[in-house]
Amino acid sequence: MLEVDLRKRLGDFVLDVTFEVEGGGITALFGRSGAGKTMLINMLAGLLKPDAGLIRINGQALFDSRSRVNLLPERRRLGYVFQESRLFPHLSVRSNLFYGRRFAPKGERFHNPGRVVDLLGLETLLSRRPVTLSGGEKQRVAIGRALLAEPRLILMDEPLAALDATRKSEIMGYIERISDALAVPIVYVSHALEEVTRLADQVVLLADGKLVAAGPAVDIMGRPDLSPHTGRHEAGALFETLVAGHDDFGLTMLVFEGGTLCVAGLDLADGTRVRARIRARDVAIATAPPADLSILNVFPGRVVDMYENSPAAIDVELDIGVRLWARITRRSVHDLGLKPGREVYALVKSVAIDRHSLGLAQPPKRN
Amino acid sequence: MFALTPLESEAILLSLRVAFWATLISLPIAIAVAWLLARVCFPGHTLLNGLVHLPLVVPPVVIGYLLLLLLGRNGPMGAWLYDWFGITVAFTWRGAAVASAVMAFPLMVRAIRLSLENVDVRLEAAARTLGAPPIWVFATVSMPLMLPGILTGAMLAFARSFGEFGATITFVSNIPGETRTLPIALYSMTQVPGGEGGALRLMILSIVIAMLALFVSELLARRLRARLTE
Repeated sequence: MLEVDLRKRLGDFVLDVTFEVEGGGITALFGRSGAGKTMLINMLAGLLKPDAGLIRINGQALFDSRSRVNLLPERRRLGYVFQESRLFPHLSVRSNLFYGRRFAPKGERFHNPGRVVDLLGLETLLSRRPVTLSGGEKQRVAIGRALLAEPRLILMDEPLAALDATRKSEIMGYIERISDALAVPIVYVSHALEEVTRLADQVVLLADGKLVAAGPAVDIMGRPDLSPHTGRHEAGALFETLVAGHDDFGLTMLVFEGGTLCVAGLDLADGTRVRARIRARDVAIATAPPADLSILNVFPGRVVDMYENSPAAIDVELDIGVRLWARITRRSVHDLGLKPGREVYALVKSVAIDRHSLGLAQPPKRN
Repeated sequence: MFALTPLESEAILLSLRVAFWATLISLPIAIAVAWLLARVCFPGHTLLNGLVHLPLVVPPVVIGYLLLLLLGRNGPMGAWLYDWFGITVAFTWRGAAVASAVMAFPLMVRAIRLSLENVDVRLEAAARTLGAPPIWVFATVSMPLMLPGILTGAMLAFARSFGEFGATITFVSNIPGETRTLPIALYSMTQVPGGEGGALRLMILSIVIAMLALFVSELLARRLRARLTE
């Protein structure tokens, strides 16, 4: 459990944020550049002193301006994976990995070094020097180095920002592995929607130094009222599904509370939990059951509510067993006579759900 | 063959001893002062910076005389050293080492400070988040990264100490076997009739030793830098 209640002024910028997140998993600090994410994470790490407030982890205060508690960074026991990895250039990969280990209390060394090296695929890199590593390798070493210091929580500040798309996906896989296998809570700073969609269990959404919303990723990322912050163009619904089978046409069936979703073939076993994201702009609405249609995913449901998105566009909230959003023109709303309560059919293009927006959903965590 | 006379070898050995101790003693102080100047904001920062650089800008004889006033047997610090530790500095080879150290100090501090300013503070912050206290971070991250600069500073100081003349002769005079270092021996020879030949030999010796020192330090620094960037 992480409790944060902080205020800090830096020039004209004012950060004032209060939130709590429960237990383990990956918590994304999400927001645009300049929202105050890095400032916040540096205050958590003790690298930047807040003007006032409180930081508590599992009940222990790391910072409390009232009782004048301000633990030094080395006493906080929070791992930090930086954007630029910050490996020590004069030390080998092995020495980098073990740098913080001696400072971890003997009774609290939970992670087996061999296991960490194995999980992050570092065996062949151990005797190399950081300058000889690629960007992705550096970040893997940086993650291992943070883990072996036995932190109570790992902070990651846009750890993928300097990597290309392939490496990004690869490192996200490693982050999922360590989160699942080692049950280390992670606070993950990012402004990239695809990273948050794939990794986050919980989202803390920031804008201009203020908290916009905090909660389970599935709730936050699906709210259209938050789309100006999460990305207007990308607004949509996020929900969890189970792989239910594959057909002869190269499609994969995903069952969810509203029915079965057909998506382009996924190389996943039946029963695998998968998080699906459907963007509002990829959903159309019909008032009668459509016939002779190329679209495979059609779900009956009803209109819950409608939000104005722009002068010409309306976001329609649909209930098809889960919440779904459709972004349609104001004229269509008028022509179809849509209003809350109206029975409709939601048309989802199966190609709208690509591999990119399918994050591997996390199984329930220890601790 | 270029065989050394007893007088020459005595002067060279004395100069080496003086330069060695001058460098060794001033090194930790120079690192501490460089750290203060580069990293710490405190009242008197400019004053300290000025004091450190004083030997570069005032005549060496002024420094020598100042040392004599402070560290002479009757000077405030000299009397204290003698009363408490029985150490005499003035007119001994130790005094020559002190004078050389003071004269070489600004060169050493400048080189070390420069290398310290090139150490990425973000690496130090990363080490702190891994649980390392500041002293440990300094010893295991900052120091190794500063090493080329420390080496350069030490070498410069050594070379400067080896050739120190003005402050030394003012403070500890010209005592054969005690304070007659190589440059002072050379000076003495130029003052007596028929000393030109000996002076020439000492001049060549002095240049050879200085070049050797520079060569060795350059080699070491290159190897150190390669270790950091290969």
